Parts: sequence; C-alpha cells; structure tokens
Amino acid sequence: MPPVPFPGREDDMTLQAASAPSDARNTPALSGAEVLMRALAEQGVEVIFGYPGGAVLPIYDALFKQNQIRHVLVRHEQAAVHAAEAYARSTGKVGVVLVTSGPGATNAVTGLLDAMMDSIPLVCLSGQVPTSLIGYDAFQEADTTGITRPVTKYNYLVRKPEDLAPTVHEAFAIARSGRPGPVLIDLPKNITVGDAPYMDAKEIAPRTERTQAKPDKDAVARAVKAMKNAKRPLFYTGGGIINSGPQASEALRKLVKMTGFPITSTLMGLGAYPGTDSQFLGMLGMHGTYEANLATHDCDVLIALGSRFDDRVTGRVDAFSPTSFKIHADIDPAQINKIIHVDEAIIGDVGETIAMMIEEWEKEPAYTHQAELAEWWSRIDAWRALDCLRFTQDQAPDAVIKPQQAIRRIYELARETGRDTYVSTEVGQHQMWAAQFFQFDHPNRWLTSGGLGTMGYGLPAAVGAQIAHPDALVMDIAGEASTLMNIQELGTIAQYRLPVKIFIINNHYMGMVRQWQELLHGSRYSESYSDALPDFVKLAESFHGTGMRVTQLSQLDDTIRQALAHNGPVIVDICVAEGENCFPMIPSGAAHNEMILGPEQGESGAKITKEGQMLV
Amino acid sequence: MQQEISGSAVISLLVDNESGALARIVELFSGRGYNIQSLTVAPVDENQTTSRVNVVTTGTPSAIRQIRAQIARVVPVSRVVDLTAEGPYVAREMALVKVVSSGEPRTEALRIAQAFRARAVDTTASSFVFELTGSTEKLDSFIELMRPLGLAEVSRTGVASICRGPQTIQSI
Repeated sequence: MPPVPFPGREDDMTLQAASAPSDARNTPALSGAEVLMRALAEQGVEVIFGYPGGAVLPIYDALFKQNQIRHVLVRHEQAAVHAAEAYARSTGKVGVVLVTSGPGATNAVTGLLDAMMDSIPLVCLSGQVPTSLIGYDAFQEADTTGITRPVTKYNYLVRKPEDLAPTVHEAFAIARSGRPGPVLIDLPKNITVGDAPYMDAKEIAPRTERTQAKPDKDAVARAVKAMKNAKRPLFYTGGGIINSGPQASEALRKLVKMTGFPITSTLMGLGAYPGTDSQFLGMLGMHGTYEANLATHDCDVLIALGSRFDDRVTGRVDAFSPTSFKIHADIDPAQINKIIHVDEAIIGDVGETIAMMIEEWEKEPAYTHQAELAEWWSRIDAWRALDCLRFTQDQAPDAVIKPQQAIRRIYELARETGRDTYVSTEVGQHQMWAAQFFQFDHPNRWLTSGGLGTMGYGLPAAVGAQIAHPDALVMDIAGEASTLMNIQELGTIAQYRLPVKIFIINNHYMGMVRQWQELLHGSRYSESYSDALPDFVKLAESFHGTGMRVTQLSQLDDTIRQALAHNGPVIVDICVAEGENCFPMIPSGAAHNEMILGPEQGESGAKITKEGQMLV
Repeated sequence: MQQEISGSAVISLLVDNESGALARIVELFSGRGYNIQSLTVAPVDENQTTSRVNVVTTGTPSAIRQIRAQIARVVPVSRVVDLTAEGPYVAREMALVKVVSSGEPRTEALRIAQAFRARAVDTTASSFVFELTGSTEKLDSFIELMRPLGLAEVSRTGVASICRGPQTIQSI
C-alpha cells in the first residue's frame, strides 16, 4: 500500500462542513477537537505522529471525520516524538505529535527533551483529564505541564474553550521562531468535547521570543575585519545553519568558497557544507578528525556559526582554541559566553548573518594574507596526511568485518545508487563512525540525536523521514543495543510499508560503553555485553519485512546492494568485530591536541586523568 | 580565563500573569543550579496581567549574565533587568518579628525597636510583634539584636527593588 496522498490544502471548507453536527446545520459551532483540527490545518500540518487513548478520543474522532491531516500510528509515544523530530529536521516544517494523558504524555518526555537539546520545532498535543478532575488523581492523570516544563520551550494547559485556537497558533509560532524547540499543549477532555470558537492565526499576536534580534551590522563588520586579518582562520559551523534553512547552507558555501578558509562542523551541522569538498576538514570534537581538532586548537580566528560550544566539541574548556580571536553568531543570546568567552558576538539568524558577512567581505580592503593562509593550509594538509580514519580490514573472504568497513561500504554503495538519501542513527560508536564516514552534500539529510544522545532514536526517526520523503532512500545506521530500545516501530514500518533500510552494526556490545570501560575502567565490561539478542532476521520476518545477515567480508557488499535494491523494509544484521574502538578520541578532560589516535596512527594521546574520569 | 569574584545581584523581571509563570522562573534557577536568596512576586499593573518578580541571586558576573539571558528566553517574561549592573537602585524588605519576653529583656526589645523605627503591630503582656522595613542588612541586624531578648518567630517578605531616579524597568 503506497502512502495515502494528501488532498489539496486549499479545500479548507470541507473540514467545517464535514464536522458540523447534522442537527445544527445553521450554527457554525465546532467542538474543541474540530477547532484543533482546523487550527492544525491552517498551520499547514499534513502529518501527525501519535497514539490514541481515553483522553484524546474526541481528537481521534475529529481526525477520523476529516481528510486533510494524515495520522501515523506509532507503537510507543517516545517513537512518535522522534519520528516527528526527523520529519521536522528533514523538511524544515514543524513536527506534530498527539498522545494521550498520563503515560502517553510521560512516554513523550524523552523525545521532547531530545528536540529541546537539538533545537527541533515540534508541537506535542497531549490529552488531559477534564478540568473538573484535575488534581484529584484521576485515571491517567499526570501533571503534564509540570513534568514537561523543563523539557519544552513552552507549554500550555488549555482551561477555556476560547483559548484553544489562539494557543495552537501561538504554539506553532513559538516552536518555529528564534531557536526552534518543542511546545506542548495539554488538552483537557472537556475542552475538546465541548464547543469552542475558531480564530484565524492572523487574528492573534503571538508572543514569540522577545529577545529576537536582527544581526547587528557593526558587529558583522567587526567580525569580517577580524576575518580579513586572519592568518590561520577556521569556520566552525553547527545545527543552527540547518535550522536557518537551505538558504543558510547556500550562503555558507558561498562564504567559505570566497574566503578560501577551512571549515569544520559539529555533529548536528553535518550536511550544511558538502562533506566531499576539499575545504571541509570533517567533524570536530570528541570523535572528530585529527585535522579538524588540531586546526581548532591552532587557529587564530575561529568563526562559530550556529554552534554552541558543546562539551563534546570543546574538550577541556581552558585549553579550547587557546590563542584564537573568537566570533560567535547565534540566534540564542543565552549561548553567547555560556561556555567559551568570545570576542565578537552576533545575535540573530545565522543565515542572515552569513549573507551580511558575504556583503562585508566583498568590500575593500580585500583579504591580503593569502601567503599565510596557504601556509596554514599546508599545515592542515600535513595533519590530513595522517589519515586519522584509516583502518585495516583483513581482505580474506571469510575475514571478520570491521564496523568501520561496514559503515563505509553502506555509505559508498548508497551513494552509488544516486538516490536522495536520508540517514538516521542510534547512539554510540556506530553513530560516530557514521558521522565520520558519511559525507553529505545537502542539509537536512542527517538525522541523529546529538545533545541528548538518545539510544532508540534512529528507528522511529527513519519512520518520520520516510513518511516525509516516500520516494527517498531512508536508512537507519543502528547498533544492536540501541535499536532494541524502540524496536516496536517495526510495526509502524510494516503498517505503512515504509521501505526503510535498517543496518545493524552488531558487535554484541554497547560499543561506546565497552570502549569507555576499556579505556577508563580497566577493561571491566560491566553489563555492557548484549546478551540474549533476538535473531534479527526472524525478527524482521515476524514484522512482515526482510531480514539478512552478514558474518564475513565476502558477503558484505552484495548484501548491502541487495538491501538497498529491495523495495520494502529490510533489516541487515551485520556481525562485526567485537572489540573495535572509535578513534580519534579526545578523552574527557583533555585538550584537542591530546587526541587518542587509533592503532593505525600510532595510538598516541592523553592519559585519562581522575578529573577526566568524573566527566561524562 | 581570569578568576571572577562571586557577588550578589538583584534581578527584576516583568512576566505575564499566567498560571505556571513563577514555576518556570523558579525551575530555571533550580534546574541550572543557580541560587535564589530571596524572591518576591506580585501583580503590578492595573489589569493584573503583569507581575513583577524580584530575585536576589549570587554568582560571578558571567554567571549573572547567563542567568539573565536564560530568563529572557522564558516566553512569558517581557523584561529582565539586573538592577545591580544598571546603576543605583533601592532594595527593601519587610519583616514581622515576634519577641516573647518579660522584665528587662522586654523593655530592652522595645527600646531597640524604637531606635530601628520598628512599629509594634501587636502587643500582649508577654509579647510584641514588630514590623520593620528596610534593607536586608538592617533587618538582619535587628533580628540579631532581638535574638537574646526573646526572639520567637520571624516572617520576612524578601526583597522588592526598583531603580533610583526617573528611569523605570521599562526604560533602562
């Protein structure tokens, strides 16, 4: 069954006509649930990810009676949020989630925090017991606004019918404005059952972020002046560029090309600049490349664009890029000087900032430090020559597959298909290897849980991406441990016949936990072995999909090709070497120039200190 | 980075008077590990739609700037001012202080109260309730003096603050 096509959105009247009670044709009275549907439609919502329950039955009834908005039934509320996140991240739209009261809402909490940390615009609608029962420990009652306050950008409990439509409109405005994030609306059942007045979005004035500012022209001019004085410059870009929209990525490419400066990216920013371009140094940070981290350490002007100096990026804060003049452009004033003191802050949309930087760069005087820049590039090239991601794969046909080999071949063979490709990941070693080996040409194609590091993100994220892009190739690069955390979504994949390709990099360990135990805890592998795993092939088959298993090198390429060519959902269980570590690695508490390298590159690096051990 | 010295700051904010607004502010402080020394809140406009919150907190100057920036992100917050950083300001609180004693200590308590311009708002044969308004330091020292004289109970409002001169929280 192909995905159900959406009817034309211009046909707004059908909703009201269909929902009018037959005995009251002349009155335009709508129920709260119908008002909600209409407000969602006005906000351009096409898909809701959700799971029904007692408190949201009126909303599901209104959903049933309209045909503008499609509902995707997930198998767990956490998965609904991750799917909506991936939908949002891959389309630039606001993702919408619908869950019931009590356990429905509490199950959504992890997803909401994930969206909060990674700045993903979401609106989560939760059912609530009727207002008359709030506070009486009613069945499936939870203090949802209380529980979700710290994990949302904003939340509401709608207590009056006249507040419903304005609340929905404002929620969307808040979710997408400024630094995007999740907004929750708690909907007591009497509000959705009873009548409520409708109000158009244009009739309300939303309180969007009051701190929002246009980038300051003088600050941009000062920043560009510093860039023109730079002899060892570096762009350090993040997820803010993706959030700003495709035009920000376009502008970034132009700015990087016209300056000739090197560029590195955070995990969340991958794809904003083409990974295959020679000016791109790869990702920086804990598992970033040797060249990116050393360039960060040694640069004289660091231009941070839409990135937030996360601890996974900075390593030891007092040794982070110690000699550079730091420029920080971010839409969120609270990110400025939060972790790293910067010399020039530009608050505002990063896409606008980059466009202004381009304009300023084109003005006289021109950049004159070409010789020093060339010298800088030759230092970077020397670091590059170390080839920090190199690994040795035994080429014997029956050789054990290295996880790096598996991920690199998935990337290369997916690229050979020439299809538009969206990649989600779970969390751990496979995620870092995917970040290292996948080179994205376009933004919005890389879906990963960066800030919160939520195991179980990838499978539901693949659902969301495939729903948004039915014709694209959608892959989940998974670990055997993470993927079991939301494995029930195989049911969603089966129901909607989503041709998602799930590649399980199966090393029988929670690999990153095992790696840290090896490096920091004397190889005492406490509870990190993946025991009693299911047979993933049979698991795929039991969920009406196709399962494949690879145990030796000779089968790897053919199996990946077969999986990619298959027109339905596939799980590929790739049994890989158990003891591989992900390198390079900046151990906790160490500086960028104290990276641990892999066995191929000489295994040098910092000793892990007691202080470092205390960090996460 | 050079060492910064931790100090006290008085932050005043205007928030939309809606359910959960105060919880949002308080949870922001506890969630991010900021300290609240004192907190006052009451509606301040004629329609009761806006409340003013005054928070006394401690931290290094950069921590205080971070607190301000984080508060400013809270949707119902329309204005945040660090009065300590913006120039001269007035910060006052009120205390109700109950002293239970007789004989010489009772007379001494009344004498000190007069010196502090505290008002006795409740008097019985064995007790006084004094009402005292002033700076935090003044209230602290009054309470310390009352301690050996039969201090039985203290109720304080926390700090209300406002900037000096014609400027307002809106115009700073």
